[in-house]
Amino acid sequence: MAANSETMKVNLKIKRFDPAESGGKTWWQEYEVDIHPDSTVLDSLIEVREQNDGTLALRCACRASICGSCGMKVNGSAKLVCKTRVVDVAPHGEKLIIEPMGNQHVVRDLVVSLDTFFDQINRVEPYLQPSFVPEKGEYTASNESMENLLTSMNCIMCGCCVSDCTVLEVDANFIGPAALAKAWRFTEDPRDAKRSERLEKLNNEDGGIWDCTRCMKCVEVCPKGVAPMDRIMELREDAIMAGNTNTSGYHHTESFYKSVKKNGRLDETRLAIDSAGWTNIPRLLDLAPIGLAAMRRGKLPPVLPHKAEDNQKVKDLYKRVEDED
Amino acid sequence: MKYAFYPGCVARGGAPELYDSAIAVMKRLGIEHLELTKAACTGAGVLQEKNRKMGDILNVRTFAMAEQMGLPIMVLCSTCQGVMSQANHRVKQDPEYLAEINRHLSEEGLEYKGTTSIKHLLWALIEDIGLDKLRETFTRELTGINMAPFYGCYMVRPSEALEFPTNPQRETSLEDLIESVGGNVTDFAGKTACCGFPILFINQANSMKMVANHTGTAKDLGADAMVTPCPLCHLNLDGYQPKARRQVRGDKADLPVIHVPQLIGLAMGISEKDLGLQKHIVSTKEIVRKAKDAPVLA
Repeated sequence: MAANSETMKVNLKIKRFDPAESGGKTWWQEYEVDIHPDSTVLDSLIEVREQNDGTLALRCACRASICGSCGMKVNGSAKLVCKTRVVDVAPHGEKLIIEPMGNQHVVRDLVVSLDTFFDQINRVEPYLQPSFVPEKGEYTASNESMENLLTSMNCIMCGCCVSDCTVLEVDANFIGPAALAKAWRFTEDPRDAKRSERLEKLNNEDGGIWDCTRCMKCVEVCPKGVAPMDRIMELREDAIMAGNTNTSGYHHTESFYKSVKKNGRLDETRLAIDSAGWTNIPRLLDLAPIGLAAMRRGKLPPVLPHKAEDNQKVKDLYKRVEDED
Repeated sequence: MKYAFYPGCVARGGAPELYDSAIAVMKRLGIEHLELTKAACTGAGVLQEKNRKMGDILNVRTFAMAEQMGLPIMVLCSTCQGVMSQANHRVKQDPEYLAEINRHLSEEGLEYKGTTSIKHLLWALIEDIGLDKLRETFTRELTGINMAPFYGCYMVRPSEALEFPTNPQRETSLEDLIESVGGNVTDFAGKTACCGFPILFINQANSMKMVANHTGTAKDLGADAMVTPCPLCHLNLDGYQPKARRQVRGDKADLPVIHVPQLIGLAMGISEKDLGLQKHIVSTKEIVRKAKDAPVLA
């Protein structure tokens, strides 16, 4: 776009990657382009490609936050760049840092492979598994139950949540936020007959529901309000309700719940031992050096836990709520 | 300034130096704090995995207590801040849900009208005291000390419940505080990531990688210390740093992880003993020496 009184300048610092060079070559390249003030980050990247540098690779299609093709990192966090206006992320003309999404294989420049993403999705058997097929017509669900599923069904599979997941950064085996939100969509569907098997698998599997750190990055970056972590928390609650009580995650939650019920406060010492398991000698021994080091420095949590003053009131409150539930 | 003070379980348990240093700093600043001794734990998002409503009821009970006192709540913990802010956000958006919770609280003579605000000490220092006023209490300029910020997830997400849109200063609060004491900010990508504490007992290998990556990266970038508003991050990044660094990077724990009020206390010239700096697992001797050698302010 030619510069005039109705344009503004945007400065972009883009992470480039060329796989053709031996082992691949990564470098940063800076561009300045003139854009209309209403432009999105995607508009400015297309301007770079069309006017400055035809070698810049990026992926986009609908330009209306429907197709989920243009996920990439802007200033360190994943966004759909077609939904991100330049004035919102660089209100004072700041330089924009653009990188490909994280936790996924970079094909070239800002384009990542979706193989990792769909491998994760496939792990949760992302299709309805009913126990019977109606003889004629469709197998319909109530409006109410479908409305409940909307949060997850709004997912456009852009990969932003996978990009910024803090667990995937250290553990490629984690099923990941998008796939777990997809799994929830089927455990919540009243027509699916595999709910308990699904919950059991997600509970027991390495990289399953208990490996999420609850960091909320996925909630923050999801452009469609899927809130994957909230779905993972519901899966944990559902798994417990369905009788899956064999994980450290369950013991951790249960111990926390009971500790607050009993004392009004958290009993940190008990929480550590409950989570490890009272008969799990190797894990208890593993805790010992940390405990001793803390004791030496005068920061071991008290053996007798702190209690909230008048903590009977908390016990009574628990009882009232539990009785009603 | 006066607050209904909610120190949180960890400041009264595994990180007692946070409580002591916060009290010492508040005394210097003339901040009045009435401790909410009857309030329950926030649930830290963990209790909520079993029963989210119970978590909301416990937190609304605390908000109602502060509302009766006519005071905002001050917390010392990113997790307390986040969990309380989320609960407050939920009930303020849903009057029916709030009415249901109030019904449970009525037997205790409590009712929450929705007026309580929750502020971490870090935000209170910037928003209520002001950095200029705060600087007037400093006796040293901590120049030449490099500090890496580490926020704790619940202090930065979800941004809407934490009221970032109307309080944009919260996004850079830790960096602004580090600069106010005269220190250099060691910026690094992990500053808003997870410390690994929530999965410490569930997937320790992943948790250790997070500890080693964050502390190792900050050290590689030249940090003398890491500063955090979250005692849970502190417990993991400090307490497990020796194990994590040995296991994951094959090196030694060398990055002290200090609490926000300890940083302020060092600039105020409060003794390291009163700030509990001897209670850390990773030695704080070097950072204390640097602070003591820092230029004295007139």
